[in-house]
Amino acid sequence: MRVALSFNVNGKAIAAEVEPETLLSTYIRENLSLTGTHIGCDTGQCGACTVLVDGRAVKSCNVLAAQVQGSEVTTIEGITPDDGSMHPMQAAFKACHGLQCGFCTPGMVMSAIDLVTHHPHGTDREIREGLEGNFCRCTGYQNIVKAVAQGAKAMGV
Amino acid sequence: MNEPRAGFIGRAVERKEDYRFLTGAGQYTDDVELPRQTYGYFLRSPHAHAKIVSVNTEAAAKAPGVLAVFTGKDFEPVGGLPCGWLINNLDGTPMKEPKHAVLAAGKVLYVGDHVALVVAETQAQAKAAAALIEVDYEILPAVADTATAKGAGTAVHEIAPDNVCFVWGCGDKAATDAAFATAAHVTKLEFVNNRLIPNAIEPRAANAMYSRADESYTLYVASQNPHVERLLMTAFVLGLPEHKVRVIAPDVGGGFGSKIYLYAEETALVFASKRVGRPIKWTAERSESFLSDAHGRDHVTVAELALDKDGRFLALREHTTANMGAYLSTFASCIPTILHSTLLAGQYTTPAIYSEITAVFTNTAPVDAYRGAGRPEATYLVERLVETAARELKIDPAELRRRNFIKTFPYATPVGLTYDTGDYDATLEKAIALADVKGFAARKEASAKRGLLRGIGYAAYIEACGIAPSNIAGALGARAGLYEAGEVRVHPTGKVTIFTGSHSHGQGHETTFAQVVADKLGISMDDIDIQHGDTGKILFGMGTYGSRSLAVGGTAIVKAIDKVVAKGKKIAAHLLEAADADIEFADGEFRVAGTDRKKTFAEVALTAYVPHNYPLDKLEPGLNENAFYDPTNFTYPAGTYICEVEVDPDTGRVTIDRFVAADDFGNVVNPMIVEGQVHGGLAQGIGQALLEGCVYNEDGQLVTGSYMDYAMPRADDLPSFVVETVKGTPCTHNPLGVKGCGEAGAIGATPAVINAVVDALAHLGVRDVPMPANPHNVWKTIQAAR
Repeated sequence: MRVALSFNVNGKAIAAEVEPETLLSTYIRENLSLTGTHIGCDTGQCGACTVLVDGRAVKSCNVLAAQVQGSEVTTIEGITPDDGSMHPMQAAFKACHGLQCGFCTPGMVMSAIDLVTHHPHGTDREIREGLEGNFCRCTGYQNIVKAVAQGAKAMGV
Repeated sequence: MNEPRAGFIGRAVERKEDYRFLTGAGQYTDDVELPRQTYGYFLRSPHAHAKIVSVNTEAAAKAPGVLAVFTGKDFEPVGGLPCGWLINNLDGTPMKEPKHAVLAAGKVLYVGDHVALVVAETQAQAKAAAALIEVDYEILPAVADTATAKGAGTAVHEIAPDNVCFVWGCGDKAATDAAFATAAHVTKLEFVNNRLIPNAIEPRAANAMYSRADESYTLYVASQNPHVERLLMTAFVLGLPEHKVRVIAPDVGGGFGSKIYLYAEETALVFASKRVGRPIKWTAERSESFLSDAHGRDHVTVAELALDKDGRFLALREHTTANMGAYLSTFASCIPTILHSTLLAGQYTTPAIYSEITAVFTNTAPVDAYRGAGRPEATYLVERLVETAARELKIDPAELRRRNFIKTFPYATPVGLTYDTGDYDATLEKAIALADVKGFAARKEASAKRGLLRGIGYAAYIEACGIAPSNIAGALGARAGLYEAGEVRVHPTGKVTIFTGSHSHGQGHETTFAQVVADKLGISMDDIDIQHGDTGKILFGMGTYGSRSLAVGGTAIVKAIDKVVAKGKKIAAHLLEAADADIEFADGEFRVAGTDRKKTFAEVALTAYVPHNYPLDKLEPGLNENAFYDPTNFTYPAGTYICEVEVDPDTGRVTIDRFVAADDFGNVVNPMIVEGQVHGGLAQGIGQALLEGCVYNEDGQLVTGSYMDYAMPRADDLPSFVVETVKGTPCTHNPLGVKGCGEAGAIGATPAVINAVVDALAHLGVRDVPMPANPHNVWKTIQAAR
């Protein structure tokens, strides 16, 4: 039994029928071919699949596609300007060397945007606590923390 | 910023590769979707040790969407997954080397061992069908514990009835024992170097395709060294023509060693892709990564340091039992031996050293190189001994180190290496200053007022990087030389594509290598593209591991650039009607020495390809050169790390208050990238010390099989590090003077943390804390001491 579903992804209206067990992460990657959202685990721990649902960071492997009915979903592709520039948070990650292999990066950036939007002016410790749901094995997090603080400033929050 | 003549080497240039990673435009193996794609799923053994009595695939084969089912029988005619390093026993006989079948035949040897491959139209169908495969197992007793594996009564492999793969020795046993006999003081420790699971955040993945049109195979795989994958797979396992197999390692999401090896999964996929006639993709679920990625460390060690009455090191001896797991992975045998025992001199003049290694088979996942690979275990051993000796002799730990530092170079150690250069006092003093060691006593007092125990720990590490010297490696058992290849293709407009055999999976080669090339050729970084990870484009490569890329791969590129410049000079000489010897090349211009007559790099490039006027009688057109580089020695990065912790005696919780790293990496091309590499290494080293530990129960079941059970360092588990790279001692035998920085953090951090924790508890009589020093282990240690 397929479920009828309509929602927005990166500002575009999607009308589809999905299997009830289809995960949002699977739908984003396989049906929409938006491969910037990565899958790093199967227990909702690593955060590589983080997207924004109605402006809040959500691990898309922990949500069924059918659950986002009527929502606005934003992926890493959705915050990237078309003109070759970057979102201020993306730019801050680059300037601060807040990424290495890049695999956790899209999820990390999406979490960071949610974090600084809802908890502006966080201390380093608060930023670390706010990013607790996103694993990075490469950077040791230090430059990510720096990037998030710098990105927040650039976003004007 | 990226303009020529800016002097790129030594500058913190932002990374060229970042835009694609930050915008989701990176292409990792799982992102590759091929026409007529199918999906593979591996049925894995739920038992650590069992006979496969029968496998019935009938129901699975008929399940919806299923295209084929493969079992061990299908792979009986082909070879096993090979081990690349032969280690001989003390008596000269070779190590035991059981066949590592692609899919298990007859027996399964660890939980996660591969029993069958199901190929279906969708991933869900493949997985559902695998559940329909009926396997009749006869369960056998499992050997899961490293310390007791030898002679456990159950043999993992028939050819190794006592489970011993090899017993290997390094150093002068007689001289070492003699030194111990006369020593004024002996410090002895017994400890476990805990088993770790690498956990790159991108799970392993592969996508294999066979083309009937030209009888060729293409394999996308998350690999650190695609050429080695291809060589091993074609020549030693599947017997395929190497020139008909293209291996592409696209963007790879971290490796840390775990993606060096030739694994069963990609091998099975290549084999199956011809039979199925369609591309087959497999991506590990994280639980599969835990079960089947090669693990790291897992040493059980007894180590002793002999000192004279003044605290001078006389000798060091150790015995380590090293767990190989169920099969010998690609480099498994060289990790506890060649990459471990040879580092036991550390930074010290210890005149006599003897190391004996017993490698054992167990019913656990194969163990191989993980960030540092043998060298973290060696540094842990040496630095735990040194710190313990300092405490026993009541000598300041920094002073004891100073007293024993190697100060003249080159220095030949008693365990086979010759350090070319170093300045260990410089990094020690820098670390002491950065850590404000002088203020420690006051901080300890302040902690005590809050009911907390403060401790400080040092680690002075050394690393041997830039593995190759192929002749040395060969003499030590490497079954292949470890050259690196580089190609410089100058295009007619003077733009440059570099093809490197190194592979970047986070290290930033696209930037660092471009900085080197831009400086050498005097062109813009924007005019340089770095290509890696594709056997279809790149001549050859031994790949990236052991912090070798810039020292070995970078040098190969420099050598190719030298050839380009040499040829360019001849072309310029012709154009400028001068003698070859009179042409100088600098800042992107070929100039007749002492004149203003010149041709730009781009003008010479254009002439090389589309000339009207060219010395065809003397010179071939074109400007494309490749070079191979085989270093004459390892490189030896070194440094001192200082960690300060607070321990809560009521809960056993350890908090790192400060962590300081002072490193000598020789010359540094991109300080921003180097610092990032150190940060990441420190996180992994601290992870080993405080959080991570792989646990198998006595039945060989993996207890820590998910992120719910295996404690990965999170952002709030770690402090901000103070990292400084000293103005170092450049490597003397590569033209860039670079040493390698990728593993240092993971090597030096672990003993620094544990030394600090032990220091905090030393007043209770505590001499050692088991890793990971999590609240449970620390609390138990405190209780036992009280």
